[in-house]
Amino acid sequence: MAITTAPGATGAPGRPAPPYPSGWRRTSLGRKVRDNLTGHAFLIGAVLCFAVFSWYPMVRGVVMSFQRTRRGQTTWVGWDNYARIVDDPSFWTAWKNTFYFTILALVLGYAVPFLVAILLNEFRHAKGYLRILVYLPVMLPPASALFLFKFYAYDPSEAGLFNATLSALHLPTSEWMQSPGMTMPAMVIASTWMNMGSAVLIYLAALQNIPGELYEAAELDGAGIWRRIVNVTIPQTRLILALLAMLQIVATMQLFIEPLILANGAGTGDSATSVAYLIYQHGFFQNDLNGAAALGVIMLVVLAGFSAGYVRLTAKQD
Amino acid sequence: MAQDSGTRTLISHAQLRRGRGRVLYWTLLTVVVVGFTLVFIGPLYWMVTGALKSGQEIAQTPPSLFPQDPQPQNYVDAWTNLNLAKLLFNTFYYAVGAVLFQLVLDTAAAYSLSKLRPVFGNAILGLMLATLMIPAMVLIVPQYVTVIDLPILHLNLLDSPFAIWLPLVANAFNIFLLKRFFDSIPEDLMAAALVDGATPLRTLWSIILPMSRPILGVVSIFAVTAVWKDFLWPKLVMPSPETRTVSVGIYAFAGGTPMNVVIAASVIAAIPTVIIFLVFQRNIMSGLTTGSLKG
Repeated sequence: MAITTAPGATGAPGRPAPPYPSGWRRTSLGRKVRDNLTGHAFLIGAVLCFAVFSWYPMVRGVVMSFQRTRRGQTTWVGWDNYARIVDDPSFWTAWKNTFYFTILALVLGYAVPFLVAILLNEFRHAKGYLRILVYLPVMLPPASALFLFKFYAYDPSEAGLFNATLSALHLPTSEWMQSPGMTMPAMVIASTWMNMGSAVLIYLAALQNIPGELYEAAELDGAGIWRRIVNVTIPQTRLILALLAMLQIVATMQLFIEPLILANGAGTGDSATSVAYLIYQHGFFQNDLNGAAALGVIMLVVLAGFSAGYVRLTAKQD
Repeated sequence: MAQDSGTRTLISHAQLRRGRGRVLYWTLLTVVVVGFTLVFIGPLYWMVTGALKSGQEIAQTPPSLFPQDPQPQNYVDAWTNLNLAKLLFNTFYYAVGAVLFQLVLDTAAAYSLSKLRPVFGNAILGLMLATLMIPAMVLIVPQYVTVIDLPILHLNLLDSPFAIWLPLVANAFNIFLLKRFFDSIPEDLMAAALVDGATPLRTLWSIILPMSRPILGVVSIFAVTAVWKDFLWPKLVMPSPETRTVSVGIYAFAGGTPMNVVIAASVIAAIPTVIIFLVFQRNIMSGLTTGSLKG
């Protein structure tokens, strides 16, 4: 779902046209007030839910990060929570791991769906079947899929699916989650398998909107397949590529359930601790909701800063 | 995005129908179909059959392709030991409630924003859409604190289904999808209804909703799968064993349960969403792409 959410942000069309054709209706003040009240009556349920579970928590999170609650007593502590969070040795490890995961996921989880979509778009047969295959893992509950990876695929002996396949092909096997160096790649593989379906389908829809004449013209100019991809396909899907990159980064920075299930949280030698996992740890195990709120604010600032920089960068290219 | 058999893509049809191109096309297609089946169905096959193996068989090297001595008992154990019937019922109950709350409240709000357009409507819409920018993990702590002590009412919603239903109503993506669909319904229809003396509620019920079945279907399917797939939020707000969702329940039992039984439970937990997908795949895929492209 996350992948499809952001376009909404750009799609707030404000239509100035009046709700009903004017003229045949008297626009008395009482009538106007009543129409507005009706309108707001329809809105009130959703607005209350947004207010209580979205807008208020946003403010509350920032306020909490400057407070400390002990035995029912809440006091203002300034930047103490932030200082404590940053002093935690896991803080930097978690950021390092999260960035590493984000970059690896970008290399694998971003390029692969695009290439798969380009490939699938060329086929005239088995299209429906291939689409269903790619999207199927997206529908599995992540906990189910991750237990599959944990117990059956990443088994460090040769009984596991991956090691059995690798050794059958005479390739070196790996200890996967038991080896700190493989923890992140293993999590990226599982995460890409689970999530790439939605990106593939979105790319496929974008590819189908490319006018065929562009390829025709490029081919007449003697452009080979590779040139056609670079000069037609990529420029024509540039917007959706940029958008999905952004969304993917925001999603992967929130890496949580993969370390929790695959690596039992921190993993071998802290190799799996993520920022989101640290929020969970502080908030719900170390009884430090204020510290967790501060870490949440830090995460928000990093992501917002990143998004702003990214928007600037892509806007410049246009 | 509908019919694309006529449009030309990267490589022209003619090239693929002749000589070398034809051979290459069929070879590549076969490789991709076989490869994708292995990559995407293979692990699921491994999961379903692995859960049928005995503890020794699953640990043997090299692993066996078919269970030599199938143990359906693993599935039975998963069902009874983890109390899966209760867990599945809970999850189903939360999913149905989530659909109802989202359909009623989000549809009403989107209708108001699209057709009734009261004052501050656009400002409210803007504030709603702004929540799409805020990563879920950032809100998890203050949301939890809010749910255990609701402002003004001072209610504790822990273990109450409302802790799952109400936050899901605050879904700006739904509002956006629904509003955009309602925007495409001509104003003339609204005006005609008004001339006939229909109240706004009547217009929504008798004119707008019947025309909006496809989008209501998409919103409902997404609501069900969102509840079924969610993990951290239900884990936090449904702490007692009686109210857990199926994913959280399996996770809670994973430590002290044989791994084949955990996998058997995971297979059972995945069946409902897989069925939903296979039945509604057209709606799901079109909802996914319309929502993202024409924004």
